[in-house]
Amino acid sequence: MNQVEIMVIGGGPAGLCAALAASSLGAKVLIAERDDIAGGQLVKQTHKFFGSEKQYAGDRGIQIGQMLLDNAQADPNIEIWTDSTVLGIYEDGIVTVEHEGAHAKIKPERIIIATGAAEKFLSFPGNDLPGIYGAGAVQTLMNVAGVKPAQSVLMVGAGNIGLIVSYQLKQAGVEVSAVIEGLPTIGGYLVHASKIQRAGIPVLTRHTILEAYGDGKVEGAVIAEINEKWQPIPGTEQKIPCDAICLAVGLSPLTELAWQAGCEMAYIRELSGHVPIVDDYLETTRPGIYCAGDVSGIEEASSAMVEGRLAGISAAASLGFGKEQVEELQKAAMSELDELRAGPMGAHIRLGLEKVAAKGGSKICS
Amino acid sequence: MRIEEHPVLNFERGEKVSFFFNGQEVEAYPTETIAAALHALGVRKLGESPELHRPRGLFCAIGNCSSCFMTVDDEPNMRVCVIKVKPGMRVEEQHGKGVICL
Amino acid sequence: MLINDGIPTKDDLDKIYPSPERLAKGPVAIVECFQEIPCNPCIKACKQGAITMPRDINDLPLVDVELCNGCGLCISRCPGLAIFVVDKTYSEDMALVKLPFEYVPIPKAGQYAVALDRAGQDLGWCEVKKVISGGKKNMTYTISLAVPQEKAMEVRNIRVGGYKDGN
Repeated sequence: MNQVEIMVIGGGPAGLCAALAASSLGAKVLIAERDDIAGGQLVKQTHKFFGSEKQYAGDRGIQIGQMLLDNAQADPNIEIWTDSTVLGIYEDGIVTVEHEGAHAKIKPERIIIATGAAEKFLSFPGNDLPGIYGAGAVQTLMNVAGVKPAQSVLMVGAGNIGLIVSYQLKQAGVEVSAVIEGLPTIGGYLVHASKIQRAGIPVLTRHTILEAYGDGKVEGAVIAEINEKWQPIPGTEQKIPCDAICLAVGLSPLTELAWQAGCEMAYIRELSGHVPIVDDYLETTRPGIYCAGDVSGIEEASSAMVEGRLAGISAAASLGFGKEQVEELQKAAMSELDELRAGPMGAHIRLGLEKVAAKGGSKICS
Repeated sequence: MRIEEHPVLNFERGEKVSFFFNGQEVEAYPTETIAAALHALGVRKLGESPELHRPRGLFCAIGNCSSCFMTVDDEPNMRVCVIKVKPGMRVEEQHGKGVICL
Repeated sequence: MLINDGIPTKDDLDKIYPSPERLAKGPVAIVECFQEIPCNPCIKACKQGAITMPRDINDLPLVDVELCNGCGLCISRCPGLAIFVVDKTYSEDMALVKLPFEYVPIPKAGQYAVALDRAGQDLGWCEVKKVISGGKKNMTYTISLAVPQEKAMEVRNIRVGGYKDGN
């Protein structure tokens, strides 16, 4: 049995920032990361991040990921276990981990769940053909392995991920025939949409995919315009030849561990699914367990990093670390979160957080 | 196909190694996952659905979804999207649910 | 409409275009950022202090066109690649358009590339006058194109590859 002060589950932007913040106050931290390298989805984000300097805006996601990882690896208070999947969090506070092929038990004093999110799927005939990928898979193939996912791609979804991955495909020399989106308006940042439009990639709102076709693998898609009731408009069907269809239709919080640990959960549409109820300091209803990043509501990586920092400070503070600085650090993180969520693009997050508050949590903007 | 030139990224791949796909010797870089290596070789079908035998390919590439299950060195249900290529490794399309030999 | 397809309309653009008088004075930044998103690296990128956001990082950037000298440092610093510089004083019949570029191959100065508008439509061949690297960390190139005066407010990209050494 390994005793640790703080265990962080997930080594993505939230988890790394949580570990660094807790360690900076003097706590010893163990990060368990499922992949063979920490960094989460930052390792495939080749674009420059938005936000302010405090969240490293203007740097590319890959650079931010590397910087956080370098800092964590150089930190004597932080141990990183890679190839380590957390299997469960039990009533007695024991965490079980598959670590380097063996079963390990950890007894942490505090736990920060920063497991991130998984991609949503979409129903349509032919959606199981080889050549239908989640947008994250396309990024992994191109930006981590350096392998072209296809020659020509149809992108489904015009949120930030769909728009950004379309741009990255073009950068990798892959054609994108179109980005289609069921909603009447573009969900992602308009600067991303403008960037791909002027590269010759059309963004078609109020369009849906009717089917994928092909013999044993994707050879094309049939798309159509839809009306206000989301019904295809007859006569608008068109065939789009392509050898891959990329789904960027949203993310779901990866909450299995929070459920299993008995944290109180609520379905909050604006946060993209069931999320743990957390307080101002990101502590769940199970004392000593905190959540940070996409696991407690889908947002941008910039807010995940700040949430991680807030959870790390709070967990360390609850163990008696960092006494007089704590309040100031927490306030600074909260005000950064408020700022990131203050604009019109943060409206749904603010609404979602109000609902969390109404359920008894209080992770809410001032 | 591999990306040779990229505006932001530099791919350091090292020396090629060989492994076996469905009994055939193929080449890949040890920095690649099995799924990425097969992809670069043009392989899209990684297996079949256990009951309807519909072709299955890669979907999530981060070990979440189970779409890429293959048999690796006789062990079934391996998520090849997160397992790196090793020299001499035997990778096979999996048919059915897979049997674990204890 | 911009919100439906990502292409700014004339109305959108009229709100941010510098006056003809200002354009007649020399190069000036045109910030095609129309949505309040949390982002502010452009403020710090500008050495003249010409870009501001009065309230917070969600504001639209405001350009003081009298302070802006059209140096173009902001072009490669905008994470949204939404800043361009237009110099209508380049020559009598040609204007210079500076734009951000993150593709390969990168054109060379003196080569010709196909200019594209905001919808990616072909606007004809134009000469690449200058190519500046954003540096090892930034990695965004700034490309200067000589375009006919009447296309200065239309050209916003080039087609990747197929560059010609002469027109």
